[in-house]
Order: sequence, then structure tokens, then C-alpha cells
Amino acid sequence: MDFRFDIIQEYAPFFLKGLGITIFVSIISIVVGSILGLAIGLGKMSTNRLIRFPFEWYVNFFRGTPLLVQMLLVHFGLMPIFFAQPSATVSLAVSLSLNSAAYVAEIFRAGIQSIDKGQMEAARSLGMTHTQAMRYIILPQALKRMIPPFANEFIVLIKDSSLGAVIAAPELMYWGRAAQGQYYRVWEPYLTVALIYLILTLSLSKLLNYLERKYSNQ
Amino acid sequence: MIKVTNLKKSFGDLEVLKGINAHIKEREVVVVIGPSGSGKSTFLRCLNLLEDFDEGDIIIDGFHLKDKNTNINKVREEVGMVFQRFNLFPHMTVLDNITLAPVKVRKWTLEKAKETALELLKKVGLQDKANVYPDSLSGGQAQRVAIARALAMGPKVMLFDEPTSALDPEMVGEVLSVMKQLANEGMTMVVVTHEMGFAREVGDRVLFMDGGYIVEEGAPSDIFDNPQHERTKSFLSKVL
Repeated sequence: MDFRFDIIQEYAPFFLKGLGITIFVSIISIVVGSILGLAIGLGKMSTNRLIRFPFEWYVNFFRGTPLLVQMLLVHFGLMPIFFAQPSATVSLAVSLSLNSAAYVAEIFRAGIQSIDKGQMEAARSLGMTHTQAMRYIILPQALKRMIPPFANEFIVLIKDSSLGAVIAAPELMYWGRAAQGQYYRVWEPYLTVALIYLILTLSLSKLLNYLERKYSNQ
Repeated sequence: MIKVTNLKKSFGDLEVLKGINAHIKEREVVVVIGPSGSGKSTFLRCLNLLEDFDEGDIIIDGFHLKDKNTNINKVREEVGMVFQRFNLFPHMTVLDNITLAPVKVRKWTLEKAKETALELLKKVGLQDKANVYPDSLSGGQAQRVAIARALAMGPKVMLFDEPTSALDPEMVGEVLSVMKQLANEGMTMVVVTHEMGFAREVGDRVLFMDGGYIVEEGAPSDIFDNPQHERTKSFLSKVL
């Protein structure tokens, strides 16, 4: 079997451009998703059932339905309401943000609830308000425990961004499919794309491992 | 200092406190004893509203706890609490554990808080541990730090919730001696404990609780040497 490196060479600039969009969209989505997720996680922990309800269903919906379905709904349903010509890249970022917000909300909630109840009691017994206790006692400890699942979520998100190819967002996978379509070759484009994703996710998990070790030493 | 009237509290269907009346005077050391499940910890935790209560009222340092307008954080500034499991903040050094509340709640300067913290550490015999993290402390040391942390707020009352129950036997003494010193200095204290020796020696008054009631109360010598109620007698015969 011959392996045609010339295809890879020809598409290299496109792969690079696609990689740029993949990274850009992933970073935007994890940042927006984290901010949204924080708010949703807090809402989900409310003691008031009526406040909790919409947040619980947000999480249920986005964790319980396929990302591909969400992406199609966003791109062909939601975005056309606001834009005459919705950009696929924007749709991809929006759907990834909304989706990761649901997962981050759960990571956040689990992290906070994993902290021993005695910590909150000790803080409150010293006269701190709930907010002060959260800020100085609970969150610093919870955030540390949230690093590994959060890193995991980011890695999943990077891989999920490849679904953007379906709505023609010009990220990495899109160019892989384009090369495949032009030359009717499977191995060259898809293996290349897979390798790039692998490098991306492996270096990220190395970086986060390092961060985790650094912060666990107080 | 503390006046408790007809205090009632249920967890779901289970009524834990069935009408507690107690009056604790300034500088008094009141020791609460009783079998587990008698409601003594719940009673203590009601005194700074870590548990909400259903009926009755608690007046503490002039604050009515039942009154919804009472700022519970203000009450807690005056009521220190020491827990069975220490509950030190593991992500902070011993010194930061002690200075955090005075700085954030009382709005002291960090210098003033540090100065007070070091004095308190000296008092509990741990001045050399100021900069270590709680996980390197023994149980007895951790509990003494927890006492110093509560004292740093300058409370008028100290609540102790089984402070020695989670300790290895050889560490009980060091914690009790700090508490004894505190009692001698005139601190108002409410102590839930199984240490009958401490109750007898340091307590001004002993409350015996069982089944959600205060069954019997009196001077330690009366309770321990001459208990009136059957339940008190049977409890003491098991623990003494």
C-alpha cells in the first residue's frame, strides 16, 4: 500500500488553519462554558426548589441529548433567529459552550459538595457570612479537587469540536473531510487529523498534570 | 448570659429536643453529659444556630435567636465553638487559620490579628507551629489550634462539642488542661463531653440529658455522688 504524503503536504496549510480554529473555538467554549457552568452549578445547589428546577433541567437536557443534535438545533434553528447568515464557527462555539456548561456545572457542584460539612460549620461559627465562607474556605479547597475532572472536560471538548465538520465549520476535521473528498483517500487525511488531535490532547493533559502536582503541594 | 426556654427541635419525624430550659450565667462552666442520642450535641449546636430550632427561644448575650431580625453572624462573633473533629482549614497554615476570622469578620489589621494569634498559640503551647499546615499536627495539637482559633475572635462564650472524643487517649490531657486554664480565667463555657473527671473537677454545674430532656442538673458533687433520678444513676453506673 502506498502512502501519499503529497496529499498531506498539499493540505498542510489547511490543516494548520483548521487547527487554529479548533484551538480558538475550544478555548472560547471552555471559558464561556465555565462561567455559565459556575452560575448553573450555583443555581442547582439552591435550597429553593423553584430556583433549582430550571438549572436541573438545563443540565438534564445538555447531558442527556447528543451534542450533534444540539449543534444542529443551534446552527439551523437558534442562530437564524438572530443572524441572516449564521456562521458555522460561531454556531460551533455556542453549542460547545452550552454543552460544556452543563458538565462544568456538575463538576463544580460535585467539587463543592465533596468538601466536609464541618468546614462550612467552622467558618460560620466564627461569624463569617455564607459568601465569606465560600470564598475563603470552601472554594479554594473545591477548586483544587476540580482540576482533574475539569481537565478531562476540556479534552473531551476539544475532541467534540470535530463535530463542527458536520455543519461545515472550517476546523481541523472539516479539512480532513475535504481532503478525503477530493482524493478519495481515507488513511492520509484522517490519520493526520487524528495525530494532530492526539498531540493536542496529550500535551494538554501533560500540562494539567503539571498544574495539578504544583497546586497539590499547597 | 444564655437563657434557653422550652427549646424544641425535630429532624423530620424524630423529636430530638422536647423542651429544654436552661440558664447559664456569666463565667459559669456548664458541662452537659448524657448517653449518645440524648440530644446534647443538638442542644449545643442550637446555641449558635448551626441547627435551627422549631419552638422556644434562646437569648444569648442579649440577642434573641428566634427573632428573624437578629443577625446571626453578629451572635456567632461572640460565641466560639470547638468541634469534635477540629475542622481546621487544611489549605491554610495554623497562623492563617487563626487570623482569618478576626481580619475578615472583625476587620482587624493583619498585624494585630497575627500578634493576637501568636499570643494565643503560646497560651495553648504551640507557638512553634504557627507556620505549619494542619495535616502535620497531631489530634491534640489540632484541637488546641482550634481552641486558639475560636478564642481569637474574643468570644464571650465558648461551646465545646465533645472536644476530646476524636483524640487518642494520650492526647486528651493536653486539650483538657487548656480548657481548664480557660475556665480558671473566667470564660463562660458550655461543654458537651464524656470526660467525667473533667466535669467533676472543672464544671460549676452539670446537666444530665436523656431522651431530649434535661433529666437532672446540679453541682457536680450532687450529680456524681448523689444522683436522684433512675436514668442518671444507670448512666453514671455505666460510665464511671
